Amino acid sequence: MKKEFKGRVVLGANVKGECVVSHEGLNILASFQKSVLKKEKQVICSDQNNKDLYKKNLTGKILCLPKTIGSTTGGMVLQTCATLGLTPKALLFSEHIDSLAAAGVILADVWNEIRISTIDSLGEEFLEYVKDGQTIEVKDDGTVIVED
Amino acid sequence: MSRYNMFLTNEEKEILMGGKGETLRKAMESVVKYGEIFGAKRLVPINGPVHLVTSFGVTILKPVFNIMDELIENGYKTAKPFTVNPRPLDYKNIKCSILEKIVFKIMYGKQKQYEKQLEKVGLKDKNAYTCAAYFKEVGNIPKQGDILSWAESSAVVYANSVLGARTNRNSGVIELLSGIIGKTPEFGFITDEGRKASFVIELKTTKLPSPQVLGSAIGLKVIEDVPYILNLDKFLGEGLTSKTKDYLKDMGAASASNGAVGLYHVSNITPEAVQMGKSLLKENYETYIIDDAEIKRVLDSYPVLWKDLNGKPDFCFVGCPHLSIDQLKLWIDNISMKLKLHKKSKVGVYTILCTPPDVFVEFEKDEAYVLKLKEIGAHVTSICPLMYMNNPICAKHNVITNSNKLRTYTTARYFEDEKMLKLIAGESMKEVISYEEGV
Repeated sequence: MKKEFKGRVVLGANVKGECVVSHEGLNILASFQKSVLKKEKQVICSDQNNKDLYKKNLTGKILCLPKTIGSTTGGMVLQTCATLGLTPKALLFSEHIDSLAAAGVILADVWNEIRISTIDSLGEEFLEYVKDGQTIEVKDDGTVIVED
Repeated sequence: MSRYNMFLTNEEKEILMGGKGETLRKAMESVVKYGEIFGAKRLVPINGPVHLVTSFGVTILKPVFNIMDELIENGYKTAKPFTVNPRPLDYKNIKCSILEKIVFKIMYGKQKQYEKQLEKVGLKDKNAYTCAAYFKEVGNIPKQGDILSWAESSAVVYANSVLGARTNRNSGVIELLSGIIGKTPEFGFITDEGRKASFVIELKTTKLPSPQVLGSAIGLKVIEDVPYILNLDKFLGEGLTSKTKDYLKDMGAASASNGAVGLYHVSNITPEAVQMGKSLLKENYETYIIDDAEIKRVLDSYPVLWKDLNGKPDFCFVGCPHLSIDQLKLWIDNISMKLKLHKKSKVGVYTILCTPPDVFVEFEKDEAYVLKLKEIGAHVTSICPLMYMNNPICAKHNVITNSNKLRTYTTARYFEDEKMLKLIAGESMKEVISYEEGV
Protein backbone atom coordinates (compact mmCIF):
# COMPACT_ATOMS: atom_id res chain seq x y z
CA MET A 1 0.00 0.00 0.00
CA LYS A 2 1.24 3.46 -0.89
CA LYS A 3 0.18 6.89 0.32
CA GLU A 4 1.09 10.08 -1.46
CA PHE A 5 1.72 13.51 0.02
CA LYS A 6 2.55 16.76 -1.71
CA GLY A 7 4.75 19.49 -0.25
CA ARG A 8 6.64 22.59 -1.33
CA VAL A 9 9.98 22.07 -3.02
CA VAL A 10 12.80 23.80 -1.18
CA LEU A 11 15.49 21.91 -3.09
CA GLY A 12 14.33 19.27 -5.53
CA ALA A 13 16.00 15.89 -6.05
CA ASN A 14 14.72 12.36 -6.62
CA VAL A 15 15.70 10.01 -3.80
CA LYS A 16 14.38 6.87 -2.13
CA GLY A 17 15.20 5.35 1.22
CA GLU A 18 14.25 4.27 4.69
CA CYS A 19 12.75 6.90 6.94
CA VAL A 20 13.32 7.98 10.52
CA VAL A 21 10.76 10.20 12.19
CA SER A 22 10.98 12.92 14.79
CA HIS A 23 7.72 14.29 16.11
CA GLU A 24 9.46 17.15 17.85
CA GLY A 25 11.84 19.83 16.62
CA LEU A 26 15.24 18.45 15.64
CA ASN A 27 18.15 20.24 17.29
CA ILE A 28 20.83 20.03 14.57
CA LEU A 29 23.81 20.88 16.78
CA ALA A 30 22.75 18.62 19.64
CA SER A 31 21.91 15.77 17.25
CA PHE A 32 24.91 15.88 14.89
CA GLN A 33 27.84 17.34 16.80
CA LYS A 34 29.02 14.28 18.71
CA SER A 35 29.38 12.06 15.63
CA VAL A 36 30.88 14.87 13.55
CA LEU A 37 33.47 15.79 16.18
CA LYS A 38 34.40 12.12 16.59
CA LYS A 39 34.73 11.87 12.80
CA GLU A 40 32.40 8.89 12.70
CA LYS A 41 31.17 7.46 9.42
CA GLN A 42 27.54 7.97 10.29
CA VAL A 43 25.61 10.33 12.51
CA ILE A 44 24.02 8.71 15.54
CA CYS A 45 21.63 11.25 17.02
CA SER A 46 23.14 12.54 20.27
CA ASP A 47 20.28 14.83 21.34
CA GLN A 48 19.20 13.58 24.76
CA ASN A 49 16.02 15.67 24.53
CA ASN A 50 14.78 14.07 21.32
CA LYS A 51 13.04 10.92 22.48
CA ASP A 52 12.22 9.79 18.91
CA LEU A 53 15.71 10.02 17.44
CA TYR A 54 18.17 9.70 20.34
CA LYS A 55 20.85 7.10 19.47
CA LYS A 56 19.36 6.41 16.00
CA ASN A 57 21.33 6.57 12.76
CA LEU A 58 20.43 9.60 10.63
CA THR A 59 22.95 9.25 7.80
CA GLY A 60 21.45 8.28 4.46
CA LYS A 61 17.92 8.18 5.86
CA ILE A 62 14.83 10.09 4.81
CA LEU A 63 14.38 12.31 7.85
CA CYS A 64 10.78 13.32 8.58
CA LEU A 65 10.36 16.12 11.10
CA PRO A 66 8.30 19.19 11.92
CA LYS A 67 11.26 21.61 11.82
CA THR A 68 14.70 22.15 13.35
CA ILE A 69 15.43 24.08 16.54
CA GLY A 70 18.36 25.17 18.67
CA SER A 71 21.74 26.76 18.06
CA THR A 72 22.32 29.03 15.08
CA THR A 73 25.39 26.98 14.23
CA GLY A 74 22.82 24.55 12.82
CA GLY A 75 23.14 25.60 9.19
CA MET A 76 26.87 25.27 8.92
CA VAL A 77 26.83 22.00 10.87
CA LEU A 78 24.40 20.69 8.26
CA GLN A 79 26.58 22.06 5.43
CA THR A 80 29.65 20.41 6.94
CA CYS A 81 27.81 17.11 7.33
CA ALA A 82 26.80 17.35 3.67
CA THR A 83 30.42 17.68 2.54
CA LEU A 84 31.31 14.67 4.69
CA GLY A 85 28.46 12.57 3.30
CA LEU A 86 26.81 12.33 6.71
CA THR A 87 23.44 13.96 6.18
CA PRO A 88 20.10 12.28 5.67
CA LYS A 89 19.26 11.72 1.97
CA ALA A 90 16.23 13.94 2.30
CA LEU A 91 14.69 16.32 4.80
CA LEU A 92 10.90 16.23 4.84
CA PHE A 93 9.30 18.92 6.96
CA SER A 94 5.67 18.76 7.97
CA GLU A 95 5.78 22.50 8.74
CA HIS A 96 7.43 25.43 6.98
CA ILE A 97 11.20 24.96 6.97
CA ASP A 98 13.05 27.01 9.60
CA SER A 99 15.94 29.42 9.00
CA LEU A 100 18.68 27.09 10.25
CA ALA A 101 17.84 24.07 8.12
CA ALA A 102 17.17 26.36 5.15
CA ALA A 103 20.61 27.93 5.47
CA GLY A 104 22.28 24.52 5.76
CA VAL A 105 20.79 23.05 2.62
CA ILE A 106 21.33 26.28 0.64
CA LEU A 107 24.98 26.64 1.69
CA ALA A 108 25.67 23.02 0.70
CA ASP A 109 23.86 23.57 -2.61
CA VAL A 110 25.43 26.92 -3.57
CA TRP A 111 28.98 26.59 -2.21
CA ASN A 112 29.56 22.83 -2.41
CA GLU A 113 27.13 21.75 -5.15
CA ILE A 114 25.69 19.06 -2.89
CA ARG A 115 21.93 18.83 -2.99
CA ILE A 116 19.93 17.43 -0.10
CA SER A 117 16.40 16.76 -1.30
CA THR A 118 14.30 19.11 0.84
CA ILE A 119 10.52 19.38 0.91
CA ASP A 120 8.49 21.34 3.45
CA SER A 121 4.84 22.08 4.32
CA LEU A 122 3.85 18.39 4.06
CA GLY A 123 1.28 18.82 6.81
CA GLU A 124 0.51 17.27 10.18
CA GLU A 125 -1.15 14.24 8.59
CA PHE A 126 2.16 13.35 6.93
CA LEU A 127 4.03 13.32 10.22
CA GLU A 128 1.27 11.29 11.88
CA TYR A 129 1.32 8.76 9.02
CA VAL A 130 5.05 8.07 8.66
CA LYS A 131 6.74 5.51 10.89
CA ASP A 132 10.39 4.55 11.36
CA GLY A 133 11.53 1.98 8.81
CA GLN A 134 9.01 2.76 6.07
CA THR A 135 10.37 3.29 2.56
CA ILE A 136 9.81 6.75 1.16
CA GLU A 137 10.28 7.97 -2.40
CA VAL A 138 10.82 11.71 -2.80
CA LYS A 139 10.36 13.32 -6.19
CA ASP A 140 11.80 16.63 -7.31
CA ASP A 141 8.32 18.09 -7.82
CA GLY A 142 7.53 17.81 -4.10
CA THR A 143 5.69 14.47 -4.26
CA VAL A 144 6.40 12.15 -1.36
CA ILE A 145 5.31 8.50 -1.63
CA VAL A 146 5.24 6.46 1.57
CA GLU A 147 5.32 2.66 1.15
CA ASP A 148 4.04 0.46 3.97
CA MET B 1 16.49 36.06 -13.05
CA SER B 2 12.89 34.99 -13.53
CA ARG B 3 13.41 32.08 -11.16
CA TYR B 4 13.34 34.49 -8.22
CA ASN B 5 10.06 35.89 -6.96
CA MET B 6 11.47 38.73 -4.89
CA PHE B 7 12.10 42.21 -6.24
CA LEU B 8 15.77 42.61 -7.12
CA THR B 9 17.54 45.86 -7.98
CA ASN B 10 19.61 46.04 -11.15
CA GLU B 11 22.78 45.85 -9.07
CA GLU B 12 21.54 42.74 -7.25
CA LYS B 13 20.63 41.14 -10.59
CA GLU B 14 24.05 41.95 -11.98
CA ILE B 15 25.72 40.34 -8.97
CA LEU B 16 23.52 37.25 -9.35
CA MET B 17 24.55 37.01 -13.00
CA GLY B 18 28.20 36.93 -11.90
CA GLY B 19 28.93 40.47 -13.07
CA LYS B 20 30.92 41.22 -9.93
CA GLY B 21 32.69 37.90 -9.63
CA GLU B 22 31.92 34.34 -8.67
CA THR B 23 32.37 34.78 -4.91
CA LEU B 24 29.96 37.70 -4.63
CA ARG B 25 27.53 35.80 -6.86
CA LYS B 26 27.53 32.87 -4.46
CA ALA B 27 27.18 35.17 -1.45
CA MET B 28 24.23 36.95 -3.06
CA GLU B 29 22.66 33.70 -4.29
CA SER B 30 22.84 32.20 -0.79
CA VAL B 31 21.13 35.20 0.79
CA VAL B 32 18.50 35.56 -1.96
CA LYS B 33 17.61 31.85 -1.97
CA TYR B 34 17.41 31.95 1.81
CA GLY B 35 14.99 34.89 1.58
CA GLU B 36 12.94 33.26 -1.18
CA ILE B 37 12.19 30.27 1.04
CA PHE B 38 10.58 32.62 3.54
CA GLY B 39 8.69 34.69 0.98
CA ALA B 40 10.88 37.78 1.31
CA LYS B 41 9.73 40.47 -1.12
CA ARG B 42 13.13 42.18 -1.32
CA LEU B 43 16.49 42.62 0.33
CA VAL B 44 16.87 45.49 2.81
CA PRO B 45 20.10 47.21 3.87
CA ILE B 46 21.46 46.27 7.28
CA ASN B 47 22.43 49.24 9.42
CA GLY B 48 24.32 47.70 12.32
CA PRO B 49 27.37 45.45 12.65
CA VAL B 50 26.77 41.72 12.22
CA HIS B 51 27.36 39.26 15.06
CA LEU B 52 28.81 35.90 14.05
CA VAL B 53 28.18 32.61 15.79
CA THR B 54 31.23 30.78 14.45
CA SER B 55 34.21 31.54 16.67
CA PHE B 56 35.82 28.14 16.80
CA GLY B 57 38.40 26.69 14.47
CA VAL B 58 37.06 23.16 14.56
CA THR B 59 39.18 21.32 12.03
CA ILE B 60 36.22 19.59 10.52
CA LEU B 61 34.43 22.84 9.53
CA LYS B 62 36.35 22.92 6.28
CA PRO B 63 33.47 24.30 4.19
CA VAL B 64 33.35 27.40 6.44
CA PHE B 65 37.10 27.99 6.23
CA ASN B 66 36.93 27.61 2.47
CA ILE B 67 34.23 30.27 2.21
CA MET B 68 36.31 32.58 4.43
CA ASP B 69 39.39 31.99 2.26
CA GLU B 70 37.42 32.78 -0.85
CA LEU B 71 36.09 36.02 0.64
CA ILE B 72 39.58 37.07 1.77
CA GLU B 73 41.24 36.19 -1.53
CA ASN B 74 38.76 38.46 -3.28
CA GLY B 75 39.15 41.29 -0.79
CA TYR B 76 35.69 41.22 0.81
CA LYS B 77 34.98 42.34 4.35
CA THR B 78 31.91 43.49 6.27
CA ALA B 79 30.93 47.17 6.04
CA LYS B 80 31.13 47.60 9.83
CA PRO B 81 33.48 45.81 12.26
CA PHE B 82 31.70 42.79 13.73
CA THR B 83 31.65 40.81 16.96
CA VAL B 84 31.78 37.03 17.25
CA ASN B 85 31.01 34.31 19.80
CA PRO B 86 33.54 33.36 22.50
CA ARG B 87 36.80 31.55 21.90
CA PRO B 88 36.89 27.86 22.84
CA LEU B 89 40.15 27.63 24.81
CA ASP B 90 41.76 29.19 27.90
CA TYR B 91 44.48 27.06 29.49
CA LYS B 92 45.42 29.89 31.86
CA ASN B 93 42.14 29.94 33.73
CA ILE B 94 40.77 26.45 33.19
CA LYS B 95 42.80 23.45 34.28
CA CYS B 96 43.19 20.78 31.63
CA SER B 97 44.96 17.44 31.63
CA ILE B 98 47.57 16.66 29.00
CA LEU B 99 45.13 14.29 27.31
CA GLU B 100 42.45 17.01 27.23
CA LYS B 101 44.94 19.43 25.71
CA ILE B 102 45.85 16.90 23.03
CA VAL B 103 42.18 16.44 22.13
CA PHE B 104 41.62 20.22 22.14
CA LYS B 105 44.61 20.63 19.86
CA ILE B 106 43.07 18.17 17.40
CA MET B 107 39.52 19.55 17.72
CA TYR B 108 40.36 23.24 17.48
CA GLY B 109 43.42 22.76 15.31
CA LYS B 110 42.42 25.62 13.01
CA GLN B 111 41.79 28.16 15.79
CA LYS B 112 44.73 30.47 15.10
CA GLN B 113 44.20 30.42 11.35
CA TYR B 114 40.48 30.97 11.77
CA GLU B 115 41.01 33.98 14.07
CA LYS B 116 43.29 35.46 11.38
CA GLN B 117 40.52 34.87 8.84
CA LEU B 118 38.03 36.65 11.10
CA GLU B 119 40.35 39.65 11.44
CA LYS B 120 40.69 39.85 7.67
CA VAL B 121 36.93 39.86 7.02
CA GLY B 122 36.22 42.63 9.55
CA LEU B 123 36.46 41.50 13.21
CA LYS B 124 36.13 44.50 15.59
CA ASP B 125 39.21 43.69 17.69
CA LYS B 126 40.88 40.87 19.63
CA ASN B 127 38.46 41.33 22.54
CA ALA B 128 35.33 41.04 20.39
CA TYR B 129 34.78 37.37 21.30
CA THR B 130 31.57 37.04 23.32
CA CYS B 131 28.00 35.84 22.96
CA ALA B 132 26.87 39.02 24.80
CA ALA B 133 28.27 41.66 22.44
CA TYR B 134 25.41 43.98 23.42
CA PHE B 135 26.94 44.77 26.83
CA LYS B 136 28.06 48.39 27.07
CA GLU B 137 31.69 47.33 27.65
CA VAL B 138 31.69 45.46 24.31
CA GLY B 139 29.68 48.02 22.41
CA ASN B 140 27.81 46.20 19.63
CA ILE B 141 24.54 47.74 20.82
CA PRO B 142 21.83 48.07 18.18
CA LYS B 143 19.11 50.68 18.52
CA GLN B 144 15.40 49.96 18.37
CA GLY B 145 14.37 49.46 14.75
CA ASP B 146 17.87 48.75 13.44
CA ILE B 147 17.94 46.06 10.75
CA LEU B 148 20.54 43.44 11.54
CA SER B 149 21.87 40.13 10.39
CA TRP B 150 22.89 38.33 13.55
CA ALA B 151 23.41 34.71 14.45
CA GLU B 152 23.89 33.19 17.95
CA SER B 153 20.49 32.32 19.28
CA SER B 154 20.89 34.04 22.66
CA ALA B 155 22.13 37.27 21.04
CA VAL B 156 19.37 37.27 18.41
CA VAL B 157 16.61 36.90 20.98
CA TYR B 158 18.16 39.65 23.13
CA ALA B 159 18.60 42.07 20.22
CA ASN B 160 15.02 41.54 19.06
CA SER B 161 13.29 41.47 22.42
CA VAL B 162 15.22 43.67 24.84
CA LEU B 163 16.70 46.16 22.37
CA GLY B 164 13.86 46.16 19.83
CA ALA B 165 16.25 45.73 16.90
CA ARG B 166 15.24 43.51 13.99
CA THR B 167 17.12 40.39 13.05
CA ASN B 168 16.10 36.96 11.96
CA ARG B 169 17.48 33.92 13.69
CA ASN B 170 20.14 33.53 11.06
CA SER B 171 22.35 30.53 10.73
CA GLY B 172 26.11 30.75 10.91
CA VAL B 173 27.69 31.81 7.55
CA ILE B 174 24.42 33.36 6.32
CA GLU B 175 24.90 36.24 8.81
CA LEU B 176 28.44 36.80 7.47
CA LEU B 177 27.35 36.65 3.83
CA SER B 178 24.62 39.22 4.61
CA GLY B 179 27.31 41.38 6.22
CA ILE B 180 29.42 41.08 3.07
CA ILE B 181 26.61 42.09 0.69
CA GLY B 182 25.26 44.58 3.27
CA LYS B 183 21.70 43.32 2.94
CA THR B 184 19.32 40.85 4.50
CA PRO B 185 16.03 39.43 3.19
CA GLU B 186 12.94 41.19 4.49
CA PHE B 187 10.92 38.50 6.25
CA GLY B 188 10.09 37.22 9.72
CA PHE B 189 11.31 39.40 12.58
CA ILE B 190 12.34 42.16 10.15
CA THR B 191 8.65 42.85 9.42
CA ASP B 192 5.94 44.28 11.71
CA GLU B 193 3.71 41.25 11.11
CA GLY B 194 6.51 38.83 11.97
CA ARG B 195 6.91 40.46 15.38
CA LYS B 196 3.37 39.72 16.51
CA ALA B 197 2.79 37.19 19.26
CA SER B 198 0.79 33.99 18.88
CA PHE B 199 1.12 32.92 22.53
CA VAL B 200 0.22 34.64 25.77
CA ILE B 201 2.33 33.38 28.65
CA GLU B 202 0.41 33.95 31.84
CA LEU B 203 2.82 33.82 34.75
CA LYS B 204 1.06 32.70 37.92
CA THR B 205 3.95 31.64 40.12
CA THR B 206 4.11 32.69 43.77
CA LYS B 207 7.63 34.07 43.35
CA LEU B 208 10.00 35.05 40.57
CA PRO B 209 11.04 31.83 38.84
CA SER B 210 14.60 31.22 37.74
CA PRO B 211 15.00 32.86 34.32
CA GLN B 212 16.63 29.67 33.10
CA VAL B 213 13.61 27.48 33.90
CA LEU B 214 11.01 30.05 32.86
CA GLY B 215 12.79 30.47 29.51
CA SER B 216 13.04 26.72 29.13
CA ALA B 217 9.31 26.23 29.81
CA ILE B 218 8.45 28.94 27.28
CA GLY B 219 10.82 27.55 24.62
CA LEU B 220 9.60 23.99 25.02
CA LYS B 221 6.00 25.17 24.64
CA VAL B 222 6.06 27.80 21.89
CA ILE B 223 9.10 26.41 19.98
CA GLU B 224 9.68 29.22 17.46
CA ASP B 225 6.54 31.29 17.95
CA VAL B 226 6.56 34.73 19.55
CA PRO B 227 5.31 34.77 23.16
CA TYR B 228 3.83 37.79 24.97
CA ILE B 229 4.59 37.38 28.66
CA LEU B 230 2.26 38.73 31.32
CA ASN B 231 2.92 39.40 35.02
CA LEU B 232 6.72 39.28 34.96
CA ASP B 233 6.61 43.01 35.75
CA LYS B 234 5.01 42.13 39.10
CA PHE B 235 8.34 40.67 40.14
CA LEU B 236 10.82 42.69 38.07
CA GLY B 237 9.07 46.05 38.02
CA GLU B 238 8.28 48.06 34.92
CA GLY B 239 10.85 49.08 32.32
CA LEU B 240 14.37 47.89 31.70
CA THR B 241 16.74 48.13 34.64
CA SER B 242 20.15 46.49 34.36
CA LYS B 243 18.92 43.72 36.67
CA THR B 244 15.90 43.11 34.45
CA LYS B 245 18.10 43.08 31.34
CA ASP B 246 20.29 40.40 32.94
CA TYR B 247 17.21 38.35 33.85
CA LEU B 248 15.85 38.63 30.31
CA LYS B 249 19.26 37.73 28.83
CA ASP B 250 19.23 34.41 30.68
CA MET B 251 15.53 33.76 30.14
CA GLY B 252 15.86 34.43 26.40
CA ALA B 253 18.90 32.17 26.03
CA ALA B 254 17.01 29.30 27.65
CA SER B 255 13.96 29.87 25.44
CA ALA B 256 16.17 29.97 22.35
CA SER B 257 18.06 26.77 23.14
CA ASN B 258 15.20 24.72 24.63
CA GLY B 259 13.01 25.83 21.76
CA ALA B 260 13.84 28.27 18.98
CA VAL B 261 12.45 31.54 20.31
CA GLY B 262 13.87 34.54 18.46
CA LEU B 263 11.66 37.25 19.93
CA TYR B 264 9.48 37.66 23.00
CA HIS B 265 7.55 40.59 24.40
CA VAL B 266 7.17 41.23 28.12
CA SER B 267 4.24 43.36 29.21
CA ASN B 268 5.33 46.74 30.62
CA ILE B 269 9.01 45.84 30.21
CA THR B 270 10.30 45.28 26.68
CA PRO B 271 10.21 48.29 24.33
CA GLU B 272 7.60 47.14 21.83
CA ALA B 273 5.31 45.80 24.57
CA VAL B 274 5.57 49.15 26.37
CA GLN B 275 4.80 51.06 23.17
CA MET B 276 2.15 48.82 21.60
CA GLY B 277 0.82 46.66 24.42
CA LYS B 278 -1.58 43.89 23.50
CA SER B 279 -1.95 45.16 19.92
CA LEU B 280 1.13 42.96 19.40
CA LEU B 281 -1.08 39.89 19.83
CA LYS B 282 -2.31 37.97 16.80
CA GLU B 283 -5.95 36.97 16.61
CA ASN B 284 -6.66 33.51 18.05
CA TYR B 285 -3.53 33.42 20.15
CA GLU B 286 -2.99 30.47 22.48
CA THR B 287 -2.53 30.84 26.24
CA TYR B 288 0.04 28.97 28.31
CA ILE B 289 -0.23 29.27 32.07
CA ILE B 290 2.97 28.87 34.05
CA ASP B 291 2.47 28.31 37.77
CA ASP B 292 4.68 26.79 40.47
CA ALA B 293 3.63 23.26 39.50
CA GLU B 294 4.52 23.85 35.84
CA ILE B 295 7.94 25.23 36.75
CA LYS B 296 8.57 22.16 38.91
CA ARG B 297 7.35 19.82 36.14
CA VAL B 298 9.78 21.37 33.65
CA LEU B 299 12.65 21.34 36.13
CA ASP B 300 12.03 17.68 36.98
CA SER B 301 11.93 16.71 33.29
CA TYR B 302 15.63 17.39 32.66
CA PRO B 303 17.56 14.15 32.15
CA VAL B 304 20.74 13.70 34.23
CA LEU B 305 23.52 12.21 32.13
CA TRP B 306 25.99 11.52 34.90
CA LYS B 307 26.94 7.91 35.58
CA ASP B 308 26.78 8.43 39.35
CA LEU B 309 23.84 10.63 40.29
CA ASN B 310 25.40 11.31 43.69
CA GLY B 311 28.85 11.98 42.22
CA LYS B 312 30.96 14.90 43.35
CA PRO B 313 31.03 17.80 40.89
CA ASP B 314 34.42 18.32 39.20
CA PHE B 315 33.66 21.68 37.59
CA CYS B 316 31.06 24.39 37.88
CA PHE B 317 30.32 26.72 34.95
CA VAL B 318 28.39 29.96 35.42
CA GLY B 319 27.89 32.37 32.56
CA CYS B 320 26.35 30.80 29.46
CA PRO B 321 25.48 33.29 28.03
CA HIS B 322 28.35 35.43 29.37
CA LEU B 323 27.84 37.26 32.67
CA SER B 324 27.37 41.01 32.81
CA ILE B 325 29.69 42.90 35.15
CA ASP B 326 26.89 43.11 37.74
CA GLN B 327 26.25 39.37 37.52
CA LEU B 328 29.96 38.61 37.78
CA LYS B 329 30.28 40.66 40.95
CA LEU B 330 27.06 39.23 42.38
CA TRP B 331 28.29 35.67 41.89
CA ILE B 332 31.57 36.51 43.60
CA ASP B 333 29.61 38.09 46.50
CA ASN B 334 27.22 35.15 46.76
CA ILE B 335 29.98 32.55 46.67
CA SER B 336 31.91 34.50 49.28
CA MET B 337 28.87 34.70 51.58
CA LYS B 338 28.04 31.01 51.15
CA LEU B 339 31.63 30.03 51.93
CA LYS B 340 31.52 32.11 55.12
CA LEU B 341 28.28 30.41 56.14
CA HIS B 342 29.96 27.05 55.64
CA LYS B 343 33.12 28.27 57.40
CA LYS B 344 35.18 27.61 54.28
CA SER B 345 37.76 29.89 52.70
CA LYS B 346 37.88 28.50 49.13
CA VAL B 347 35.40 26.99 46.70
CA GLY B 348 34.94 23.23 47.02
CA VAL B 349 34.35 22.78 43.29
CA TYR B 350 36.56 24.19 40.51
CA THR B 351 34.33 27.14 39.69
CA ILE B 352 34.54 29.05 36.42
CA LEU B 353 32.71 32.32 35.81
CA CYS B 354 32.42 33.27 32.13
CA THR B 355 32.30 36.90 31.02
CA PRO B 356 33.35 38.87 27.90
CA PRO B 357 37.02 39.96 27.60
CA ASP B 358 35.96 43.63 27.64
CA VAL B 359 33.92 43.12 30.82
CA PHE B 360 36.89 41.43 32.46
CA VAL B 361 39.08 44.42 31.57
CA GLU B 362 36.55 46.63 33.37
CA PHE B 363 36.29 44.19 36.28
CA GLU B 364 40.04 44.21 36.82
CA LYS B 365 39.87 47.94 37.57
CA ASP B 366 37.97 47.11 40.77
CA GLU B 367 40.75 45.97 43.07
CA ALA B 368 38.42 44.95 45.91
CA TYR B 369 36.61 42.46 43.70
CA VAL B 370 39.81 41.17 42.15
CA LEU B 371 41.03 40.42 45.66
CA LYS B 372 37.72 38.83 46.63
CA LEU B 373 37.88 36.60 43.54
CA LYS B 374 41.36 35.49 44.51
CA GLU B 375 40.25 34.82 48.09
CA ILE B 376 37.37 32.54 47.11
CA GLY B 377 39.52 30.68 44.57
CA ALA B 378 37.10 30.88 41.65
CA HIS B 379 38.29 31.47 38.08
CA VAL B 380 37.14 33.95 35.46
CA THR B 381 37.38 33.18 31.76
CA SER B 382 35.98 34.42 28.48
CA ILE B 383 35.58 31.07 26.75
CA CYS B 384 32.38 29.37 25.68
CA PRO B 385 31.78 26.54 28.17
CA LEU B 386 29.88 24.63 25.51
CA MET B 387 33.02 24.44 23.41
CA TYR B 388 35.00 23.24 26.42
CA MET B 389 32.50 20.45 26.95
CA ASN B 390 32.54 19.45 23.31
CA ASN B 391 35.85 17.79 24.14
CA PRO B 392 34.74 14.16 24.76
CA ILE B 393 37.23 13.83 27.65
CA CYS B 394 35.88 16.99 29.32
CA ALA B 395 32.32 15.77 28.74
CA LYS B 396 33.06 12.89 31.11
CA HIS B 397 33.67 15.26 34.02
CA ASN B 398 30.84 15.89 36.45
CA VAL B 399 29.99 19.44 35.43
CA ILE B 400 27.31 21.48 37.17
CA THR B 401 25.81 24.61 35.67
CA ASN B 402 22.97 27.07 36.12
CA SER B 403 22.74 27.43 32.33
CA ASN B 404 19.89 25.72 30.59
CA LYS B 405 21.66 26.20 27.28
CA LEU B 406 24.76 24.37 28.50
CA ARG B 407 22.56 21.61 29.93
CA THR B 408 20.78 21.21 26.61
CA TYR B 409 23.89 20.77 24.51
CA THR B 410 26.19 18.87 26.86
CA THR B 411 26.36 16.40 29.75
CA ALA B 412 26.38 19.28 32.26
CA ARG B 413 23.84 18.93 35.05
CA TYR B 414 21.49 21.81 35.76
CA PHE B 415 20.99 23.30 39.21
CA GLU B 416 19.30 26.48 40.27
CA ASP B 417 21.55 29.14 41.78
CA GLU B 418 20.99 28.34 45.45
CA LYS B 419 21.79 24.65 45.01
CA MET B 420 24.82 25.56 42.89
CA LEU B 421 26.11 27.76 45.71
CA LYS B 422 25.69 24.94 48.21
CA LEU B 423 27.65 22.58 45.97
CA ILE B 424 30.33 25.21 45.39
CA ALA B 425 30.59 25.64 49.16
CA GLY B 426 31.31 21.95 49.50
CA GLU B 427 27.97 20.41 50.45
CA SER B 428 27.61 16.87 49.16
CA MET B 429 25.41 16.07 46.18
CA LYS B 430 23.27 13.81 48.36
CA GLU B 431 22.63 16.66 50.79
CA VAL B 432 21.84 19.15 48.06
CA ILE B 433 19.47 17.04 46.00
CA SER B 434 17.58 15.92 49.09
CA TYR B 435 16.47 19.49 49.86
CA GLU B 436 12.85 20.10 49.04
CA GLU B 437 12.90 23.74 48.15
CA GLY B 438 9.92 23.94 45.82
CA VAL B 439 10.56 26.53 43.15
